[in-house]
Amino acid sequence: MACFRHTGVPASTGPQAPHVSTGRRSGPNGYPSLRLYIAGGSPTARRALANRKRLIKASNGSIDIQVIDILLSPEEAEQAGIIATPTLSDDSIDPPRRLVGDMSNIAEVLAYLGYPGKDTAP
Amino acid sequence: MTSTATEPPADPVLERVKTGVEAFDDLVMGGLPRGRTTIVGGTPGSGKTVFATQFLAHGITELGEPGVFVTFEESPGEIEANMASFGWDIRGWRETNKLAFVDASPRDSDQVVVGDFDLAGLLARILHATRSAKARRIVLDSITQLFDHFIADQALVRRELLRIATALKKEGLTVLMTAERNSEYGEISRHRIEEFVADNVVILRNALDRERRRRTIEVLKMRGSRHVEGEVPFTLVGNLGMVAVPLSSLRLEQQSGTKRVTSGNAELDRMTCGGFFRDSVTLVSGATGTGKTLLVTHFLAGGVAAGERALLVGYEESRGQLFRNARSWGVDFDAMEADGRLKVVCLYPEAQSLPDHLLMIRQLVEEFEPQRVAVDSLSALERIAPETGFREFLISLTSFIKKREIAGLCTATDKSLIGGHSASEQHISTLTDSIVLLRYIQETGFMHRGLMVLKMRGSEHAKQIRRFTIDASGMHLGQAIGDAPAVFGDGRGDGLSPAGGTL
Repeated sequence: MACFRHTGVPASTGPQAPHVSTGRRSGPNGYPSLRLYIAGGSPTARRALANRKRLIKASNGSIDIQVIDILLSPEEAEQAGIIATPTLSDDSIDPPRRLVGDMSNIAEVLAYLGYPGKDTAP
Repeated sequence: MTSTATEPPADPVLERVKTGVEAFDDLVMGGLPRGRTTIVGGTPGSGKTVFATQFLAHGITELGEPGVFVTFEESPGEIEANMASFGWDIRGWRETNKLAFVDASPRDSDQVVVGDFDLAGLLARILHATRSAKARRIVLDSITQLFDHFIADQALVRRELLRIATALKKEGLTVLMTAERNSEYGEISRHRIEEFVADNVVILRNALDRERRRRTIEVLKMRGSRHVEGEVPFTLVGNLGMVAVPLSSLRLEQQSGTKRVTSGNAELDRMTCGGFFRDSVTLVSGATGTGKTLLVTHFLAGGVAAGERALLVGYEESRGQLFRNARSWGVDFDAMEADGRLKVVCLYPEAQSLPDHLLMIRQLVEEFEPQRVAVDSLSALERIAPETGFREFLISLTSFIKKREIAGLCTATDKSLIGGHSASEQHISTLTDSIVLLRYIQETGFMHRGLMVLKMRGSEHAKQIRRFTIDASGMHLGQAIGDAPAVFGDGRGDGLSPAGGTL
């Protein structure tokens, strides 16, 4: 828990149910939030959602990931310029970081995002 | 009866979607087949985006068919700016929801791939855009960029592209995808995209030929329908977009009238048994200084005197020179122009490409509506073009002149001063209806000039070689030369004599 790329104390939001974005750019506690763009209930989308939970757990709940189903809100995908799904986007830095894929390797995802969390995957 | 009833109906004549590039639509029997996918391949700078945008623009402005532009390369703002010179109000169309953009151009972002993915995001955005704009046409420009974006996952991009194409087809959209090529004459596209998504393949070329760019469009494949084969030249014109230059030789359907018009010279009219035909093109061929421009001047003045409008396109001399020459032969071009009876346009052949010259002449004819047109000289134009390009130009020009029922007069300059024939004559001569030869004739220490009507389609004509003089009132034909040396051939075989022999 020592160093976070984002400033301040980690938020302990814990795993939460996927919710459709309301267009906000930050998490519940004012921390920058990641966004996960998925396309409906495709197999890769389901895997990405499962991995999202693992990711949040691996970060001890310090990562907040909004889920955006682009089939329901294509305008958001247009605005963000999403081509591939799933895409995990960190818009808190400029230029934004984009991670494409179902996040099958949690350690790699955390490393890319700059979180030092441990992969709890079997 | 039952067996025939179960057979799938033969594909009816495919409905056509006009692209707005008229001559191209002619090549593909009226337009791109509705609901199908066409790949437009070309090297960078070959005009793919212009063609694609024109396809959308034509649907929006002329046929009430909204469109979607999926851009992988330039941002919508860049496209808006780049296409403005063609007169396309992309911003206005976006505001009125006639055109929707899907901006998939590269963004400033850091990206990695972890695990499986698909391009459902792109498809969802495209479908959203097509539905909200009620689009009938869609452009994806260029899909090569999409492959480059996911360079490690080529097979996936192929699969996803096929999925997108299938979904768009299901929506009834007519799809135009552009793809980059590495060379003008090589494989159709990088990634061999055409093999798995395209019903039709069109190639745009921008080849360097004799230090000049030559743009052409070619239809390579049209699934389930006929098309005209071969490359057709085109040019990009401000406020119009892409204009293909039709090879009108495809239809030799000009009416052949019997109405005669004066050549502007009474003696020459007599030699041609009443003057040139109204819808014919006459070639005046001769070495420099033999009187070609004089015959042109007579031709124009004769038309104006008969109450016609005349157009002169000059490539060798300036307006000042032409007007001064005319004055010295007693013809007042200034007064004719002031009366709106004459229009003289002079420019260097090098000022633009041959297709542009052709378009310019066509535009001038459409605006000024002359009854006669002179081009002085074709040889000057020939310098700037490859041989095939020049032949195409001539075919287009002569057929255009004839179709408009205009009397045309073109000049060609012989390279040698005495006798001989120029290379240009060889193909010019078969495309023109009449040929008048002007030659220097050496006779007992004097250099005379001689004129001969070599060929005249559909008419009797005098066969003699007539000596002529030039004075302040122009050309005066004199006696026939009885025993002149063989000045109308060069002794090495005259390429023109067979043409004359057809009558």
